[in-house]
Amino acid sequence: MDNITLIGAASIITAGITMGAGVFGPAMGQGRAVSTALSALAQQPDAAPTITRTLFVGLAMIESMAIYCFVVSMILLFANPFWNHVIAVATGK
Amino acid sequence: MRLSSDQLVLWQHGFVKLNATILTTWALMFVLAVGAKLITRRLATDVTISRWQCALEILVLGIVKQIADVGLQAPRQYIGFVGTLFLFVAMANLFTVVPGYEPPTGSLSTTTALALCVFVAVPVFGIGQLGWRSYLKSYLQPTMIMLPFNIISELSRTLALAVRLFGNMMSGTMILGILLTITPFIFPVAMSALGLLTGMVQAYIFSILATVYIAAATGTRNT
Repeated sequence: MDNITLIGAASIITAGITMGAGVFGPAMGQGRAVSTALSALAQQPDAAPTITRTLFVGLAMIESMAIYCFVVSMILLFANPFWNHVIAVATGK
Repeated sequence: MRLSSDQLVLWQHGFVKLNATILTTWALMFVLAVGAKLITRRLATDVTISRWQCALEILVLGIVKQIADVGLQAPRQYIGFVGTLFLFVAMANLFTVVPGYEPPTGSLSTTTALALCVFVAVPVFGIGQLGWRSYLKSYLQPTMIMLPFNIISELSRTLALAVRLFGNMMSGTMILGILLTITPFIFPVAMSALGLLTGMVQAYIFSILATVYIAAATGTRNT
């Protein structure tokens, strides 16, 4: 296999693993956060605005982990620097 | 496949480039400014007010209430900054209903610019509220050892703000593009409706996070 094939295969497989592993943790975290917020809402409906706002901010924080993974995998798939470098070398400096 | 609308260069002269992001950003600013000017041209304090004035009042009062809820005293002082952030991001994301429109928030340069605005505004508000000495002292807060970590958190949350908005908006358009090739007709409509919801939530989160950071810097956070 030449370099381009290797880099392409490695990028695609890594992007898949990145998404899978990177989404797992935030999904568990968001599930826990939402379930806790729901039980808090059921116990104290009066505090709904505060709980909802804190929940949204917290969800955004957790979600940004998944977003980082997504951005990394998108870079690997569509704007891969190693791929571009190898193609630039192959086509004659 | 294009990752962002930055790569769609419409006009180029030397190193001066006009790409789709800049064009849509300016068009949005134009729409916002002219719209606000048109609505506020005939403000009334009667019993009956015009429909648009009512909508604008709901918007402004809602933003003021949200800022006050976070714990900032005198929310009117911050509405110029936080409200503008919210309105710009919300409008940029809502205009995705227009065919052929690419949200400028789906490009990393726009979101970085917005995040840098927050990065600069937080110390400005903090110093204005507390004064130089006590603002700088807040970096040493629990102990002296925490100084580097406080600085790192300042930088990393700016990065997080930029990448979060970019990732959310870019993923929306990206998933839409992929789905269009797989299931052309009905399903992309549902996904773009979901994209509108995500856009509004992201606009809310962006502005509320900016407010939370400002509240933390001005020392008025009472939680």
